[in-house]
Amino acid sequence: MATKILIADDEPNIVISLEFLLKREGYEVVVAHDGVQALAQVRAERPDLAILDVMMPNRNGFEVCQDLRQDPEFKTMRIMMLTAKGRDTEVSKGLALGADVYMTKPFATRDLLAKVKALLERA
Amino acid sequence: MGTRGKLVAAVVVACAYLAAVVLALAFVAGAGLEGQDRAVVDALLDRRLGALVMVFCFACVFMFLMLRAAHGFLVQPLARAAEEAVAMVEQPATRLGLHGSGELQALAVAVNRLADQRQRHDAEIETRVRAANAAADADRNRFAVLMSELAQGVIVCNMDGRVLLYNRRARALFAGSSAQGMAALGLGRSIYGLFDRHLIGYALEHIEARGGGHRHFVSVTEAGRLLRVLVAPIPEAGGDAADAGKPRCSGYMTMIEDMTESFDSESARDQLLQDLTESSRGPVGSLRAAAETLHDYGDMSAEERQRFLAVVRDEAERIALRVEAAARSFAAVLKSRWPLEEMLGADLLTAARRRIAERCEIPVSLEEVDAGLWLKVDGFSLLQAMSYFALRLHDEYGIRELRLRLTRDGEMACLDLIWSGVFMSTETVMNWELDPMNLSGETSPLTVRDIVERNGGEVWFQRDHAAYRAYFRFLLPAFSGQGGSAPLLATVDSRPEFYDFDLFRDEETDLALEDRLLAQLSYTVFDTETTGLNPSEGDEIIQIGAVRIVNRRLLRHEAYEQLIDPQRSLPAASVKIHGIGADMLAGQPSIGQVLPIFRAFVADTVLVAHNAAFDMRFLELKEAATGVRFDRPVLDTFLLSAVLFPNQETHRLEAIAERLGVSVLGRHTAVGDAIVTAEVFLKMLPLLAEKGIRSLGEARAASEKTFHARIRY
Repeated sequence: MATKILIADDEPNIVISLEFLLKREGYEVVVAHDGVQALAQVRAERPDLAILDVMMPNRNGFEVCQDLRQDPEFKTMRIMMLTAKGRDTEVSKGLALGADVYMTKPFATRDLLAKVKALLERA
Repeated sequence: MGTRGKLVAAVVVACAYLAAVVLALAFVAGAGLEGQDRAVVDALLDRRLGALVMVFCFACVFMFLMLRAAHGFLVQPLARAAEEAVAMVEQPATRLGLHGSGELQALAVAVNRLADQRQRHDAEIETRVRAANAAADADRNRFAVLMSELAQGVIVCNMDGRVLLYNRRARALFAGSSAQGMAALGLGRSIYGLFDRHLIGYALEHIEARGGGHRHFVSVTEAGRLLRVLVAPIPEAGGDAADAGKPRCSGYMTMIEDMTESFDSESARDQLLQDLTESSRGPVGSLRAAAETLHDYGDMSAEERQRFLAVVRDEAERIALRVEAAARSFAAVLKSRWPLEEMLGADLLTAARRRIAERCEIPVSLEEVDAGLWLKVDGFSLLQAMSYFALRLHDEYGIRELRLRLTRDGEMACLDLIWSGVFMSTETVMNWELDPMNLSGETSPLTVRDIVERNGGEVWFQRDHAAYRAYFRFLLPAFSGQGGSAPLLATVDSRPEFYDFDLFRDEETDLALEDRLLAQLSYTVFDTETTGLNPSEGDEIIQIGAVRIVNRRLLRHEAYEQLIDPQRSLPAASVKIHGIGADMLAGQPSIGQVLPIFRAFVADTVLVAHNAAFDMRFLELKEAATGVRFDRPVLDTFLLSAVLFPNQETHRLEAIAERLGVSVLGRHTAVGDAIVTAEVFLKMLPLLAEKGIRSLGEARAASEKTFHARIRY
């Protein structure tokens, strides 16, 4: 079974690239456009990795992350956060709330793919 | 008795003495003479009596001449010298004349030398006093110019927060000459009408804890101006500087800067920066990802390539527009900062512990405190935020105990508010962050999120399942470097030279109002103009004028005057008295709008009016409708005049003013009458004191005893 990744971002132009890249790397990709949709998709699709944008409508990335980490079922699911805010305090907050990796936009696609790979290979 | 009288008396006494001596001799010589001897003597006396009387008379005349010479030579010059000496007391230039005996003349010379010496000393002292006064005046003028020209507002208070001094700029900052501004800032008024008592208390506590210096805080005026306020304690005059213990303070000074504009411009600049960085990150991210994908995956289909090129074009255009917009709005901005201050983290925790314990009555303990950690924060607002969280935890979840922890995390500091046992949903707690803070009745327009952002930090709620507890974490910027700015006043070893008024003495505020001395109280002297004389039959107030008396000084510049629309017709007869026409009253506020402001203006003072029963009746009748109650004690110059001058026929204001030498100008304007009444009242104070009426209670009791106190309106 192919590894499944959820992309949650309300910005279609970044989703285009992420979706293309991850598919080319052989992952199965699911897309959500806001926080509520992201939570529903996680529960329905049970992805191996969720890539969450912080600034999303309805529920933001922090809230989605915190909700997921409270659910014992998703305690070990990999979570990567993407944000347009690059402040240190936000990075700390994301990591404290349970994200595994935190990436700031703009990022290099190679770095992103390397991080995804490393995360998924981690036991 | 004059010296002449004394001379006559002396002559009479001397002659009588002579006669007594002659008679005594005759008696001694004649005693025991018998028979023939006696007849011989009698015959002898008979024959020689005329000659004997002659001799006696010559002796008397000689005595008189001798005594007169002695009187002229000794007594008269002495009396003259005494008179001249008395004159010399009044007229220092007078000298004693050289008369009479040599001894007397020597005495006069000595006295004259003493007088010379005294005159020289007087002149010297006068010169010195004049020089000292001139220096004091010069200092005072310099000080006054300095104060009035300062771009910052200055307010000086005693430790009770009573305003002892303020400058023009301070007045302009607090709503200029508007009635509300007047009610808020005035000599003798409380500064806590302008600033939150806790803000100042917190600043002073912090200064004390640091052993001196000054502190800033930010406050907002009624009119929404954002003020940056510096608080510095004023060391007690004459305090021993060598005493290394805590310097005692007699009051404190606040310097106020209006930073509304600079803050607005800073906010605008922040916004711009944010636009340029944070909100550009998304588009740049999309652009970069698309470009890299295009470059790295040359084998994609033509359709895919088209989609990526469209992304590149769209995002590049969005970025271009954003940069353009930012450049346009990047106006010249002034540099200003929120008053973030370096403070020892442990100090903040100690303060938080005390404040939460006081406010929320929850025991707070310190867990792990990094003692060397400095923060760069606005301590007061952070304390507010922590107290607010603590209060909600207590009120809504019955949390009974809190712990505080401070740890370092790289360049940041983690300040945790910890509790155990109760967990709540993340969503609930996230909302706390966004609710305007309400702390025991004090509502702040700020939310915890605002405060945390202002401090350049983050806040979140976190669970520690293992330890079965949860905490709020405030992530705050740590400050590296030497802690604390240099104290401003801590090392002042003498009192400030420019300022020496007797303003800081302690008032006997412990006494009940009734027992306080009339001379020490603050007064609002007021007068009203009305549509007529019958308040209970529908007459209304159309003007209120008032002035304040503080520390026995009439403060003309703190006057209050307000026209009021009576919302009824204006009788022509009344217009003749006060000269206020209906056209002047159109558009003026109603009594219901005016009375709350006037109530604030008179706060904490004793009311004084001429025939106060009349004015007070008008105010009383409005109580039910406006809900504004005037319950301050009242003194009436009409009744006080009856106390002082019980035999006078009239106690009209003009008559009293004339009796007391007060010139009457501008009668029948409310403020004009209030000023005359105030001057009259000030003249009455010493007269009342002479009658033993010194306290407010005594003055009120004496007033009530007068016949006139029975008049009712």
